[in-house]
Amino acid sequence: MDGIDFLQLSLPPIVIAVLAGVACALPGNFLLLRRQSLIGDAVSHVVLPGVVGAYVLTGAMNTMPMLAGAAVAAVIAVILIELIRRLGKIEPGAAMGVVFTTLFAAGVLWLELSHTSNVHLDVEHVLYGNLESLIWLDAESWRSLADPAALAFLPGQLTRLLYVLAIIVVFLVLGWRALVLGTFDPDFAAGIGARPGLFNILLLIVVALAAVAAFEAVGAVIVVAMFICPPAAARLMTNNLRLQVWLSALIAGIAAVSGYVLASWGPLWLGWPHSVSAAGMIAVMGGVQLALAFAFGRHRQRPTP
Amino acid sequence: MNEFTSNLLSALTLRAGFNSALVCIGAALLGIAAGSVGTYALLRRRSLASDAAGHATLPGLVIVFILLSWLSGDARWVPALMLGAACSAAVGLASVQLIHSRSRLPEDAAIGIVLSVFFGVGIVLMTVAQNLQTGQQAGLAAYLLGSAASMLRNEAQLIAAAAFLLSLVIYALRRPLNLVCFDPDYARVQGLSVQRMDLALNILLLTVVVISLKVVGLVLSVALTIIPAVAARFWTDNTRHMVTVAATLGGAGGYIGAALSSSTENLPTGAVITLTLFSIFLASLLLAPARGVLATLLRHLSFRRRVHRRQGLLALYRGEPIYDGLTLKLLRKAAWIRRDGVATPAGAIAAQRAARDEQLWTLLRKRHSSNKLARQYHQLVPIRHVLSEDALHELERELQARASEDQGQEEDHGRH
Repeated sequence: MDGIDFLQLSLPPIVIAVLAGVACALPGNFLLLRRQSLIGDAVSHVVLPGVVGAYVLTGAMNTMPMLAGAAVAAVIAVILIELIRRLGKIEPGAAMGVVFTTLFAAGVLWLELSHTSNVHLDVEHVLYGNLESLIWLDAESWRSLADPAALAFLPGQLTRLLYVLAIIVVFLVLGWRALVLGTFDPDFAAGIGARPGLFNILLLIVVALAAVAAFEAVGAVIVVAMFICPPAAARLMTNNLRLQVWLSALIAGIAAVSGYVLASWGPLWLGWPHSVSAAGMIAVMGGVQLALAFAFGRHRQRPTP
Repeated sequence: MNEFTSNLLSALTLRAGFNSALVCIGAALLGIAAGSVGTYALLRRRSLASDAAGHATLPGLVIVFILLSWLSGDARWVPALMLGAACSAAVGLASVQLIHSRSRLPEDAAIGIVLSVFFGVGIVLMTVAQNLQTGQQAGLAAYLLGSAASMLRNEAQLIAAAAFLLSLVIYALRRPLNLVCFDPDYARVQGLSVQRMDLALNILLLTVVVISLKVVGLVLSVALTIIPAVAARFWTDNTRHMVTVAATLGGAGGYIGAALSSSTENLPTGAVITLTLFSIFLASLLLAPARGVLATLLRHLSFRRRVHRRQGLLALYRGEPIYDGLTLKLLRKAAWIRRDGVATPAGAIAAQRAARDEQLWTLLRKRHSSNKLARQYHQLVPIRHVLSEDALHELERELQARASEDQGQEEDHGRH
């Protein structure tokens, strides 16, 4: 395989996978520390009816309607969860379970009933994306990387993920102090006016943003895996939150690159002329790194008091 | 009647053919088993563990599928697929336990890790299976979201029988499970190993998930255990009743959902059953007598009326003017005041009674300040509904004695 093939067919998916992984892993750190890891799981299920609704209404995969639809679905989910939790005095996990399964089921059914069964959106696509199809045929040589005309034809998911990642990074940098305080000591944070309630909601919005952008590009599996595995692995390696966030981004990047490479060429090395699902392999590599951290991480136990 | 309704009716009344009837009955039995196990899981705060188990079935399922298609021609032998699914789900649940107990990661993170990584492994293996060109991959896709329509007769029989057996096992284990959920400390004192019962609960959850694979699918199998249990919470506070209610709701949801999905074209059964269960849940949320929205609202309104009536009567007794609109309306409706706000004879008597009741309550609260009865006072029940006749007489005598004492003091005061 020569360079141009790599540039056209492999580089865009790899970059997209890395961006999606990092975009999910960064806010995932705070979800992990707040014991809200499964919110990442729930959100990635909940956005489905919103995305399907936008797709059915507009007839195309456009980002803005999809984000709007996902936002509507997320708001409905939050209201329902609160209602169930308060009225039934039910633990948040179970309330979440009721809501996300229902909304996911509604999305699946809507998808089947709307008969828009085009090539673009079906249940399999929802679950494991179509990373391999995000290619950049306008690249003619490595010089295209500096050519605005060719760059304009990069897969739209790549640019959108870039924007989303930028928003997430800005949010983390600007809101760092309030986020950290709100995570470890909400009462103290409220006391000094760091608005833990507001930042809780902002964090959820950022999580939803990451989930929708990544979901569109790579499917629900990577989204869930990248929300949880890299932060969890990083947590087992350090006690320093800043370092943990950097490590989680690094781990997500490694998972994305190694997962894609193994999925595309791994079977060939074993003498089997096919490739396997890149999305699945990226999740697996996230798990492998977590297993390594679990076995060798310096801070895998709770500190003994 | 259009085609859909007639199809649905014949499916609901089990006249849509033997296969379809078998599927409906199987789904109902499955719903019963899942509802009761789900209640115990909810009470032990392990609801989402079955989500991990559901997603963790995929690798085992696909490995057995690949092995079967190599060894024999037919890769859809359900018992073997179920066994594979059960093994990998067991590994998944054990991993959750391992991560949670041997590291600082919380259980919810462990569940998320197992769920996503196992599912990732399963998807990688699925693409391997797809490239094997056996022409039977459609069989695998049915396990993701369930497909009652594609079920063979012996598969439906197997599922119904397994669900029935599982229900029997749960019934046999109900006492220790109730005990562990209701009061783990007491269970421990009784010589019951809470750990062992939690393990049993895990195994039951896993069995539900594995049996439900073909019907509900692994992605949504968690709905079958979680939704009926949460819905039952709105009907009762009693653990034992909750299990019964959840089993009933789950059974109804499974039955109606399977009938719905088999009476239309090829809809994913898992999604249909989940939405049916959610409708049942929504009805419970709104209408259930214990915690439903409607019942809560009615209770609140009736409480408000009681407070206004009582305060209005007390104001009448003290001869104070009443301005509140609702109070005036309620007093008028009971014919206790006239249009101009003056008390009717009946109103005067009622006011006297209310004042007397209030005095008795005040006295009672003074005498037993820590008494539970005294704290129930805010519910505004007439005191004779709460106290026995003897206690009431005693209280009244005391009140009388105090009143005459006060009077005596006042007379003394006047003389000086």
